[in-house]
Amino acid sequence: MTNVFNGASGKAATGIIGLDEVMQGGLPKGRTTLIEGGPGCGKTVLALQILVNGAKLSGEPGIFVAFEESSQRIAQNAGTFGWDLESLQRDNLFFIDAQPSYDLLQSGPFDLGGMLAALDVKVKEMGAKRVVFDAIDMVLDLFDHRQAARNETYRLHQWLNERGLTAVITAKASPLLNGGTSEALEFLQFMVDCSIFLRHDMVEGTSQRNIRVGKFRGSPFEENATPLGIGPRGIEVAYGRNVEDTKRKASTERLSSGVKRLDTMLDGGYYRGAGILLTGSPGTAKTTLAGAFAVASCERGDKTLFVTLDSPEEEILRNLSVVGVDLETHVASGTLLFKTIRSTTASAEIHLMRIRDIVRSHGARCLVIDPVSALSKAGNLGTARNVVERLIDWSKAEEITLLCTSLLEGDNPLAESTAVQISTLADTWIHLNYLVHAGERNRALSIIKSRGSNHSNQVRELILGASGISLADVFTAGGEVLMGAMRWEKERAAEQEEAERETRMKRRRMELSAEAAALQARIDALQQELSDKREDVERLNSGIVKSGAAAVDSLVTLRQLRRGDVIDTVSQGEP
Amino acid sequence: MSAPVHFRLYVAGTAPHSQRAAANLRAFCAAHLGDRHEIEVIDLFGDPLRALTDKVLLTPTLVVNNSGTIRRIVGDLSETSMLLDFVEGGAT
Repeated sequence: MTNVFNGASGKAATGIIGLDEVMQGGLPKGRTTLIEGGPGCGKTVLALQILVNGAKLSGEPGIFVAFEESSQRIAQNAGTFGWDLESLQRDNLFFIDAQPSYDLLQSGPFDLGGMLAALDVKVKEMGAKRVVFDAIDMVLDLFDHRQAARNETYRLHQWLNERGLTAVITAKASPLLNGGTSEALEFLQFMVDCSIFLRHDMVEGTSQRNIRVGKFRGSPFEENATPLGIGPRGIEVAYGRNVEDTKRKASTERLSSGVKRLDTMLDGGYYRGAGILLTGSPGTAKTTLAGAFAVASCERGDKTLFVTLDSPEEEILRNLSVVGVDLETHVASGTLLFKTIRSTTASAEIHLMRIRDIVRSHGARCLVIDPVSALSKAGNLGTARNVVERLIDWSKAEEITLLCTSLLEGDNPLAESTAVQISTLADTWIHLNYLVHAGERNRALSIIKSRGSNHSNQVRELILGASGISLADVFTAGGEVLMGAMRWEKERAAEQEEAERETRMKRRRMELSAEAAALQARIDALQQELSDKREDVERLNSGIVKSGAAAVDSLVTLRQLRRGDVIDTVSQGEP
Repeated sequence: MSAPVHFRLYVAGTAPHSQRAAANLRAFCAAHLGDRHEIEVIDLFGDPLRALTDKVLLTPTLVVNNSGTIRRIVGDLSETSMLLDFVEGGAT
């Protein structure tokens, strides 16, 4: 389908999150859009927000013609959205009170000539580009002839077209007419280039709103109804696909899970900006693990928001401090912000908006939602998955590390899909469960997946102690996983065996060294004996020489005494 | 003798409804009030911002002041029974 409103000139951006995506750029510029819905659907808020955003974001001044509520009340009601109507009203926003007075008498046909004349002047004076007629049904009802109502509708439409104004007309769809409209309104429906329907239903006591574009001449648009919420900053439309889904660089920074051994199992920790899911049955220490992550984040200096659904803050702080997870210090320092939300007080859409708003104002880089599964409570089941999807999309886009816990009834996470079925969206999925064996119930932790990590495939036993969380190896014996007391026994047995082995070794070592010492002693004794023998031989040798020489000397002396022949002493040595 | 009834008629130039309203008002006054009336005609095409200050957005609009009691009537005054009720009611 061709889009004659292509380019910036063709559409008038509403500046409302999600709505411009649904309308593929915005309202038809210079043409008329009809917003219809029952009472309390948010027609007035939507129309005013389009006007405010036009003035603020698009530099298009606007005029608001109030047929039903007084401008004062409208401004009052919108005061909570922080749109700063007062400063806008100086130059860029003008209210016209056009409520027919209750005692107005009627006599014969009339027209909107006076209003259009006044509008003409104001439009020129302000350079207005947008105009809202809020609750046109109030005026159309005054006409007692259908033809007159038609004529004036036609006249109004002509007038708007001639001036090239981007117009928004709101009208009540009567619930009595099965969501239908009066004949004059029907005529308006045919005439306008674009029509938007707002709905407000109660599903199991929870308010659910949605928006649907009924027609948009010359432009493609999202034809399905899209959830809508009126949050702290006004209306947001929950359109899933991000049009400006930029290719963001995935962070390689690893963040501690708050449990050293789990970081090792995760090959270094969670990735910054990742979506982490902790699933498990009640009491498997999901909140404790989430708390450990929050503490680690705060210790690193990351502002963190801990959102807890349906649990009072004080209880969680107390419960976690018992197992060595000290959140209070970080709450006191302002790094950690704790928010308790009652899941049934609003639709999942509204909760999402509020959470995003708090994250922004706190400047949080890490976000914990405990448990995210509570968002699917009370009439929100249909929308919760979509909400969580967008929560993850959004946190990724903002590089906020998101840790959600989710309650699972039952032990097999793969067979039993999570209540909101977000496991496929999560980057890291850790499952906690109980293993019941030999009369004990022990907590086991396993990493089901962790994208981009060479994570451990082992099941670990999760142990909560006063000093914190620890993970212990599990033993397998005869194909069975041993935990708790049986693991302890196994550990003790192994320790004992080790000690015994140690003793045996020691003894053997002593025996051997004694033998070696004995041998050495024998070697030393023999050595001594040997050297003694050698000495003897030496001594004997030198004795023979000496005694020979002495004999010669004696002979010479003897001969001298006898005055005999002189003996040649040189030849004396020859035997 | 009662005070004169004051009529202020807002018209949109020479639009047919406005023209008819002016004619119908004069005929009504002539028939029922004689001299006991004042008519002021304001053309919003000549002074458009008056529509905002006086909060008159539908034309023609007649503002009737009968001894301090004020009524607003929109339309071309082709049906005058309510006008007569008001004027006579206020006069008694």
